[in-house]
Amino acid sequence: MSLLKVEGVWKHYHGLSVLRGIDLEVAPHEVVCLIGASGSGKSTLLRCVNLLETIDDGAIHLDGAEITDVRADADDVRRRIGMVFQAYNLFPHMTVLENITLAPCKVHGVRPEEAEKQARELLDRFGLADKAGEYPDRLSGGQQQRVAVIRAVATNPRLLLLDEVTSALDPTLVTEVLGVIRELKETGMTMILATHEMGFARDIADTVCFLEGGVLLESGPPEQIFSAPEHPRTRAFLQRVLEARRM
Amino acid sequence: MTEGEAAAPPGMPEGAGSPVWVKSERQLRREAELRGRARRSTSVATASTIVVVVALVVVITTSPGWPRVQETFFSPEAFVKAMPDVLRGFLLNIQIFLIAEVFILVLGLLVALVRGLRSPVFFPLRALAVLYTDVFRGIPTILLIYLVGFGIPALQLQGAPSDPVTLGIIALVLSYGAYVAEVFRAGIESVHPSQRAAARSLALSHGQTMRYVVLPQAVRRVVPPLLNDFTSLQKDTALVTVLGPLEALRQASIHAQYDFNYTPYVAAALLFIALTVPMARFTDHLAARAARRRTGGGTA
Repeated sequence: MSLLKVEGVWKHYHGLSVLRGIDLEVAPHEVVCLIGASGSGKSTLLRCVNLLETIDDGAIHLDGAEITDVRADADDVRRRIGMVFQAYNLFPHMTVLENITLAPCKVHGVRPEEAEKQARELLDRFGLADKAGEYPDRLSGGQQQRVAVIRAVATNPRLLLLDEVTSALDPTLVTEVLGVIRELKETGMTMILATHEMGFARDIADTVCFLEGGVLLESGPPEQIFSAPEHPRTRAFLQRVLEARRM
Repeated sequence: MTEGEAAAPPGMPEGAGSPVWVKSERQLRREAELRGRARRSTSVATASTIVVVVALVVVITTSPGWPRVQETFFSPEAFVKAMPDVLRGFLLNIQIFLIAEVFILVLGLLVALVRGLRSPVFFPLRALAVLYTDVFRGIPTILLIYLVGFGIPALQLQGAPSDPVTLGIIALVLSYGAYVAEVFRAGIESVHPSQRAAARSLALSHGQTMRYVVLPQAVRRVVPPLLNDFTSLQKDTALVTVLGPLEALRQASIHAQYDFNYTPYVAAALLFIALTVPMARFTDHLAARAARRRTGGGTA
């Protein structure tokens, strides 16, 4: 059974359709990469899944239950979904450790000592053990984003959403964040990534989805999408990406 | 998840082959459910308001002293009798408010800008600005009105104002100018340093950076706290009463003392409320609009 099922989702902003009937299924342990130009609806789709946006039509199911039901408890849904943002969105007034232990302690009722122990383990695993007491603005972008990933997975979510998590980083820092994501895949984390890193998407994704103008035009295994895309729009997009890289 | 009404169907031209939105059964049911919820919330809010208001009215009107209070504070005859004079006095309050407001804005902005000057040449000016805000925020407004109102005429300077309304306005401007200066300063400092850096990188001078980049952003941000200070100023115009001009509170107290009835005070209070409530709603409206602009920005 699929972990996440998106069914005919529509979203409008100020009379503009940002999502136009999106269908998507994500199996447990599957890694899905959303690719497409800026404004194609990748981020909006992720925000809809986390109920940060209310959808205008369709339905989203998590673990077989409809989370877009008006009676559904949004906080209960978000307890089971982690999210990482493009601009990190760490809380600047909290240390790294406090950022990570906030939700486990206040939302999931984990005892502070236990939460701290788990947080330190995670920091250790991702090479940030010495940063536990630092404030976010003392860290590099790559370090901040790795902390943000740890914050998102510290609550053991069923599903992790990553919204262009390397777009604000310089190329030398991108790899360290991608390394963390790769390691998460090995632990079996189910993930949906909106990304501009085509090489990484090809490498890590089980399924790649191409979005354009709020429509999911084509999806399939990375070899197929990147080597033999069926839709002419997909071909055109990948061509533009290739050209940009050559410059 | 409190969407009141359904989003309008997109009116954009659809390209050939692209999907067209037809509202699904599910969405219609969802919207019906949301409307039902909105109705239920409204009914609950109405019911709880009625209960609270009725309880308050019962408690007050059954209190032992109520008949006396009703007669001294809520006498319709006294109200009708005092109202025309109180209203005339209130127009003077509005006048004081409007004139003071302009000078307060100018003074507050000047002081805030002076405090932001960097050059060592301006040190005395800067020190003066700091001294001004420290001293005048510390003095209770009513005390300041006494000091200005009786102190300046006592100097017997050539050309110094002696009219109580003018003196009252001067005192209010001095007192509120200090507060507003701090509000402006907070706004200026809240503009991110990167904005200043970007402006200076274009070779704009300090003054130009302030004028074209920092102040426009700062002023927009401080409008709600400024309006809050002005709501406060509106009622503090009544403090000028201690200097004797025939403003609303003075008129009310003349009537109250003449008839041994406090209803004129209630009349004056109602007039002040009638002025401050729209101002408060306007402040809320501006704050809400600013919040919408912040969140409605980034989408896809």
